[in-house]
Parts: sequence; structure tokens; C-alpha cells
Amino acid sequence: MKNRNLISINDFSKEEQLRILELAAEFEQQPTQKILENFVVATLFFEPSTRTRLSFESAASRLGAKVIGFSSAASSSVTKGESLKDTILTVSNYSDIIVMRHPREGSARYAAEVSPVPVINAGDGANQHPTQTLLDMYSIQKTQGTLDNLQVAFVGDLKYGRTVHSLTMALTQFNTTFHLVSPLELKLPSYVKRHIKEKNLAYYQYTDLMEIIPKVDIIYMTRIQRERFSDPMEYEKVKNAYNLNNDMLTGARSNMRILHPLPRVNEIAEDVDNNPKAYYFQQALNGVFVRQALLSSILGVKK
Amino acid sequence: MESTNQRKELKVSAIENGTVIDHIPAQSLFRVIRILRLDRLEDQILFGTNLDSKKYGKKGIIKVSNVFFKSEEINKIALVAPTATLIVIKNYQVVSKTQVEIPKHVEKIVKCFNPNCITNHENIPTKFDVILDGDTLKLSCHYCEKTTSKEDMVFL
Repeated sequence: MKNRNLISINDFSKEEQLRILELAAEFEQQPTQKILENFVVATLFFEPSTRTRLSFESAASRLGAKVIGFSSAASSSVTKGESLKDTILTVSNYSDIIVMRHPREGSARYAAEVSPVPVINAGDGANQHPTQTLLDMYSIQKTQGTLDNLQVAFVGDLKYGRTVHSLTMALTQFNTTFHLVSPLELKLPSYVKRHIKEKNLAYYQYTDLMEIIPKVDIIYMTRIQRERFSDPMEYEKVKNAYNLNNDMLTGARSNMRILHPLPRVNEIAEDVDNNPKAYYFQQALNGVFVRQALLSSILGVKK
Repeated sequence: MESTNQRKELKVSAIENGTVIDHIPAQSLFRVIRILRLDRLEDQILFGTNLDSKKYGKKGIIKVSNVFFKSEEINKIALVAPTATLIVIKNYQVVSKTQVEIPKHVEKIVKCFNPNCITNHENIPTKFDVILDGDTLKLSCHYCEKTTSKEDMVFL
């Protein structure tokens, strides 16, 4: 995967995605390896995202790479009116790989086109966030022992949640059965469902969270945001319907694990945190290993 | 009957060498002129619109002297004039007659409908894949991956 860009999860084949997960497992065994000492990683965050940026910087630091960059557009030349192209061309002079987060959709694809060094998309607006998808896949594989033939539930805002869209598309490669729990206003968009249908996989839609709890191997929770509703009354009606608490988990399968891309607000009660089924903090840690796997394979140090 | 048809055809006079684009939907004529950038040509251009057409009711027609279009160039107009016919004329004779074909990709002619797409904020030429979902034509943005439907197409 040397010198490849990772903008959308589909840029990597299924085999390549699985290879990244394998490498991530190696880094989990041995997270500190000084294999990128001769490399400079640029993290360009045109929009703040502390979690993703720190995860990348932690991954790079544990491998001995130097990290340069900025954590918001305010501290870059964007405020002086510099074009994205100029910023990318300039920074590519100083670094061997660019990790970027940008509020506009398509910005990362464009950056990859103009950049002489590889680009990893760390989120472009509401479009893609492929490293999140890979760490979600890694977490599912690790907790279930496989990615194949699983029953996966997505809960909450399935309409706007980009992590849900990308992970759904990725999981269609693994014969997943999808259980989609959301308010009617926030159902999974038809273009994502089309990917499920194309692979002849089954999906079921629910409005009641309780229904799916005994049926599934993974519950992927997401946050429902107030601003998604045109009618505030509608938000008030649904806001508590998708909150998971410990009592609700009694009938769940023993192998079931709860994932969440974080940050959570109140959709998972704190009393779930100590339940062994809660996996969202380990999931965040897995992000470091997956990003180590990506940096080292794109920089050509791992194959 | 034959002779009235003849007269209608001649409302826009014949050309010696060049290209005739016929069966353009009447409302799309000026759009086609813009897409093909005919306004920048120095050769003779004749056009008519709101002409009677047996097949389409009202149609537009364009005759461009001394210009022969490449198919990827002419196929751009398929987005607004899918019914158009391309007629190549040499020495007043019809040399070939073809239908425009809907292209697989289009560049620089349509704006991305997504207001948050990077192409609407930086100086970046737009690029789309053309998706045919049954009969409905949609454009999928190469950058933001969002689709622009036919009703939402704004031409640059």
C-alpha cells in the first residue's frame, strides 16, 4: 500500500483492508517500535477534532516519527486566504505523509490529487472518515473473532451519521445482517441501503431499541443531535428512546459488544461502562493501532 | 405535404461544410450553445429554435460551419439534449448522422449541488460520474461523493 492515498474506505480492496487489520493486531502486541524515525507526518486539522488528531499523533509518536501540523484553521494560513491547494503543496515540502481533517466534503480527495505525498483522510465534512471505519472493523473482528456472518445493529442517527454509512458499506463485504434502529426521521438513506441490496444481504428496520438487543452480536450506538430535527417537538419525543442502560442488556447474547464512535452524550448510560459488553473505550484505543498500521504501510515500511 | 416539410427545413439555411445539431429540445438551445462554447467561435453559426418538430413538438437546431466535434465534446450536451442528432456535412452532403450518447463522466459543466462540497469553495473544476438509475440520470461528484439530480443541475 506504499504511497497510496486513503480518502474513502473503498480506495482499499477487501484484502488490503484485512491486511491493515492484521498489521494493527501486530502493533497491539508491540505498540512502540521506532520504525518511522526518518519520517515526518503532517497533521492538518482545518477543523478541530481532538480525539482523531491525538490518536494519529500518538500512533506516529509511538513509531518514532516527527509530527508537524496545526489543530485548527485559525492557526493556519487559511485565515490569510490561502487556498487549500497552496497549503497542501507547501506542507508536502515539509512532510512525507499528510493526515487531514477538513470541514468541506471532497477536500481530501482534492488534496490527494494535488499532493506529491500520500494523503490520509481524517474526515471531510459529512463525507468520509475511513480510519474510523477501519478501527470499527478491527474492534468487531477482535471482539467476535471474525467479521463474517455477524448480526450488527446500528442505533440512533442513521441518516446523517457518516461513520454508520461507511461501516455499513464496509460490512457488506462480510455477509452481515443489518438491524437498523432509528426514529423515522433519521432512517438510513436509500443510497446506503442500495449497497446492502446489491449484495443481496438482509436488513431490518426498527423504531424500538429493545427489540434488537437479544438478536445481535454488535450494537453500534450513535448520538442523535437536536439540530437534525426541523421540529423540536419531534426531538423531544425521540431523544430518550435510544438511550441504552445496563438493565436493558439482561437478554443480550454473551458475545455481544457495544460500540460507539464517541463522543457520547447520554445515549449510553454510565452504568453500562462497567459492563463487560461495553467496548467503546477500547474501540478508541484500537484506533491508535489501526493508524500505526496505516502510517507504516503507506510509508512503505510495512507490507 | 412533402413541399411544406422542405420549406420548414430551410428556415435555417444549409451549410457547405460543418456540423448540424438537430432535435435539440427548444428550451435547451442556448444551454447547448454555452456548453459547446459556440459563442467563442469565429466561424459562421446559424441557429433556430421553437421550430415545429413532428417527433418532439418544438425543437431547436444549430448549424456550425467548418467545425467537426469530437464525440466526448459533443456528448456533454446529452445532459440537456439527450434527443439531439449530430449530422456531419461535407460539400452540402450528409456524411454521417448519429445520436448523442450520455457520457460516463462530465467535467467542468455542472456545479455540484452540495453547498458544502469543496468545489463550491475553492477554484476547482467539477468532475462527476454519470449514474443512470433506470431512466433517471444523476451525477455523482468525484470529490464529495454526493449526487446531483437532473432537476438540481446548475450549469457553469
